[in-house]
Amino acid sequence: MHTKSLSELAADLKSGAYSSVELTQYFLDRINRYNTALNAFITVTDESALSRAKAADEQIAAGSAGALTGIPLAYKDIFCTDGVRTSAGSKMLDNFIAPYNATVVEKLNQAGMPMLGKTNMDEFAMGSSNENSYYGVVKNPWDLARIPGGSSGGSAATVAARLSPVATGTDTGGSIRQPAAMTGITGIKPTYGRVSRFGMIAYASSLDQGGVFGTSAEDCALVLTAMSGFDEKDSTSAEHAVPDFSASLKDSLAGLKIGLPKEYFEEGLDAQVEKSIQEAIEAYRKMGAEIIEISLPNTPLAIPAYYVVAPAECSSNLSRLDGVRYGYRCENAKDLTDHYMRSRGEAFGVEVKRRIMVGTYALSAGYYDAYYLKAQQIRRLISEDFQKAFETVDVIMGPVAPNTAFKIGEKSDDPVGMYLSDIYTISVNLAGLPAMSLPVASVNNLPVGLQIIGNYFDEAKMLNIAHQYQQVSDHHQQIPTAFDVTRGGE
Amino acid sequence: MEWETVIGLEIHAQLMTQSKIFSGSSIAYGAEPNTQANVVDLALPGVLPVLNVEAVRMAVKFGLGINAPVSQRSVFARKNYFYPDLPQGYQISQFDLPIVEKGHIDILLDDGGVKCIGITRAHLEQDAGKSLHEDFAGMTGIDLNRAGTPLLEIVSEPDMSNAKEAVAYMKKIHALVQYLEICDGNLQEGSFRCDANVSVRPKGQKELGTRAELKNINSFRFVERAINIEVQRQIDIIEEGGTVVQETRLFDPDKDETRSMRSKEEANDYRYFPDPDLLPVRISDDFIEAIRATLPELPEAKKQRFITRYGLSDYDAEVLTSHRALSDYYDQVARESNQAKLAANWVMGNLSGALNKANLEIKASPISAKQLADMIKRIADNTISGKIAKDVFEAIWQGEGDADGIIEKKGLKQITDTGAIEGMIDEIIANNPQQVEMFRSGKEKILGFFVGQVMKASRGKANPAQVNQLLREKLKG
Amino acid sequence: MSLTIEEVKKIALLARLALNDDEVQAYSESLSDIFDLAAQMNAVDTTGIEPMAHPQDISQRLREDIVTASDEREKFQSLAPATEAGLYLIPRVIE
Ligand SMILES: [Mg+2]
Ligand SMILES: [Zn+2]
Repeated sequence: MHTKSLSELAADLKSGAYSSVELTQYFLDRINRYNTALNAFITVTDESALSRAKAADEQIAAGSAGALTGIPLAYKDIFCTDGVRTSAGSKMLDNFIAPYNATVVEKLNQAGMPMLGKTNMDEFAMGSSNENSYYGVVKNPWDLARIPGGSSGGSAATVAARLSPVATGTDTGGSIRQPAAMTGITGIKPTYGRVSRFGMIAYASSLDQGGVFGTSAEDCALVLTAMSGFDEKDSTSAEHAVPDFSASLKDSLAGLKIGLPKEYFEEGLDAQVEKSIQEAIEAYRKMGAEIIEISLPNTPLAIPAYYVVAPAECSSNLSRLDGVRYGYRCENAKDLTDHYMRSRGEAFGVEVKRRIMVGTYALSAGYYDAYYLKAQQIRRLISEDFQKAFETVDVIMGPVAPNTAFKIGEKSDDPVGMYLSDIYTISVNLAGLPAMSLPVASVNNLPVGLQIIGNYFDEAKMLNIAHQYQQVSDHHQQIPTAFDVTRGGE
Repeated sequence: MEWETVIGLEIHAQLMTQSKIFSGSSIAYGAEPNTQANVVDLALPGVLPVLNVEAVRMAVKFGLGINAPVSQRSVFARKNYFYPDLPQGYQISQFDLPIVEKGHIDILLDDGGVKCIGITRAHLEQDAGKSLHEDFAGMTGIDLNRAGTPLLEIVSEPDMSNAKEAVAYMKKIHALVQYLEICDGNLQEGSFRCDANVSVRPKGQKELGTRAELKNINSFRFVERAINIEVQRQIDIIEEGGTVVQETRLFDPDKDETRSMRSKEEANDYRYFPDPDLLPVRISDDFIEAIRATLPELPEAKKQRFITRYGLSDYDAEVLTSHRALSDYYDQVARESNQAKLAANWVMGNLSGALNKANLEIKASPISAKQLADMIKRIADNTISGKIAKDVFEAIWQGEGDADGIIEKKGLKQITDTGAIEGMIDEIIANNPQQVEMFRSGKEKILGFFVGQVMKASRGKANPAQVNQLLREKLKG
Repeated sequence: MSLTIEEVKKIALLARLALNDDEVQAYSESLSDIFDLAAQMNAVDTTGIEPMAHPQDISQRLREDIVTASDEREKFQSLAPATEAGLYLIPRVIE
């Protein structure tokens, strides 16, 4: 069952080959068997998963099932789930049982998808390696000594190891695309505003966007269609019609104009990764696409701008975590200031504290103009670079990350070095564009992801482009051997 | 040394919406603690604000009321600071681009002159919750029902030069927000609050002195007292060679002093920046014009109408338009009685006095505008004298019916029958020969005695003008 | 640029984060590196460029003024570290 696409699973459920309860139990068993090695889940919700699966089976029997009814999924532990711990990977929220559902969760519940559990992540989505979780490092299923990428590393590892057919993620600076690339799966971060942020614990509000991991573009298209749409609870969500992202997957790519930003192929990019990307692009040329070199001249400024804007927003967003109404509270505070300082100081991890302080400083009197305002101006320049490029090309392609997955601990003492690895993903968030990663190669048994960046609300076209590649390649079907053992009898 | 005082006010008017500015919780006053605080008000992780259209409408109304331009594009910003009654760790307010820009309002000075007070800006923001400092086993309690209540913060220019002007300005704004029906003006419940920035400088000096901010003064009387005390405190400091420090001070009405609030552990650095959860608010001309069309007659226009149409003095018109309900009441009495002057005297005199004594609002007046107008008509057509009218007024107040019924039932109708009055006069002249002699010898003051006797004999019902005239004729012999 | 120990302590207080001396020292180094990185922005003249606070140029939607929330105090306060009589309790605030 773990090798099947969502539409195959849906067909089997409909035909009665197995029930949603059986399917859900199958994945719960896999989680049970493999999670210890991966540490991909923070919470497994077997009971509620099975009861939802039962309800889905009733719907299927009644003939009122939709395209996703009965297919289980996992949520990044940043989406609030009513009655279930929602920790955001932090000690601060270790005891936080969310009293409401995120809009994404509501929508996917509506679609009939049982929740298997909540996946591990970098604390408050701050990180590129999943080493910043209160619940410990997540391992890459391709090499357990390596990072799975971050911050949605738990979701990526879960899908890569086929512990869940699909999983949600969030992407503030690459947190869906980069782990998707590192674990050899498909992940899409839609246009800012496409997916409601209500109930998605905020890291940097103007950059955060929810999305999905799957083993193929086809699977991602199905789930993204179900989770997208305007939400009156999110003022920044877009009042923009949501097409059926599955409908255009089969469109021809003849005449497609693909832009390759020269800045994405300069110094710093691993030679083997570069070669893999060039080969994938060659495959597109064969499918009839035209390849055009473009320039995104402000790319080098994206990292400095991002590491001012995102911390500035996070420093304010995380102020609500004060130990008053929920969350961690220190013991025996001697006064109010002590209460605040120790509750926050004891509960936040090293990287979260670092970013809060960077943001606090960047917004403080005397520094606001030099840092925050300057970064927002650069943000416009970066966004304009993209708009200029989209005058001549349909999509932009390039690497997701300069390297394949690195070893756990390799960069933990070098925050700036870690930040620099976000070079190809971060500009997209500053501009609010949709982008995705699909697996296109394996270097030393480690996956390489190709990034597709689209213009605003062009997710359908991007998924079509990714799907066409997956028709002529089997990279997306590769499963790390240790996790490909099927259950007896299947 | 002669000193000059400079005062600017920041008024927080709670807007009369149904729900909070960014959430669907009720803002009703007096609910059980924390029963009107939902996920957004509690700032749970993941929640987002959505702006209430009515709060925007009310802010626009205010802008129109002070002849200020309404910003076509305004921006919400976060003001960051930690305080337990501020659940988000920041207040959503406006900084660079407030919804209402520069406007002004006129106040009437004691000497009868008019002063124009500038209004720097008015912006929308959310209120904080309440800290309850009663002891809960050594802890402080937090109630977040008020958190997220919409406020309009109205910031004046430092245009006021004494406490009286500050009070006059505050009353003007208080009247205006009630006319506009955007704030109930309830000072006790805190729906209308005032902070005063006060500084002094030697007369003639250009630059401003260091100011102190007096926080949350919740009555007109206290504003005046707090400012006067603070001004004296600052003058004393400077005259003794000290310097005033910029700080926030609390007025203590019991001790009649202002005192420094617990010194902040660090200088405030609010780190304002545009709230990334909210987009710029764009206000179209159509939106503004639709609101303009619903505006009531505003105090200034009403005052001018009272002066020109009813011939009232500037002062009377000012008083009668100081509250919307009062002005509406007067307007009706004046119109229905067709006796604008008499109506003004009765409304500002007996009626206001009686209401004050009974501690009643004009809306709760036991005498309706129609009843008062009917009574005034009877004064005007000489059915009753002004003096008898006081008894009639009292009877209406006590719920004994309308003026005509009371006059009839109690036989209070004025005696205007010349024959009847002459009969009384003749009898009194016959009984008081000595006084008659005095009058005739030139002591005309004694006339008052005779008038009194006649009024007594008629039990107040004789028409005083007639009595005067007939007495003079008869006494001259 | 480099951030002094004192500056780091000031920021930590503003952000309400208790740090021990080792942490202060470590942060003064990594924050300095990050602001060096940020200083790269100075390479571009941004005079006259409108700052971009949101990815898209759209305006705020407005919500009808309707009360939609009901009392869920019990549910919410079950999450709280300390409550009494319906209030959230915090270390005493002295005014
Ligand atoms: Mg304010
Ligand atoms: Zn004026």
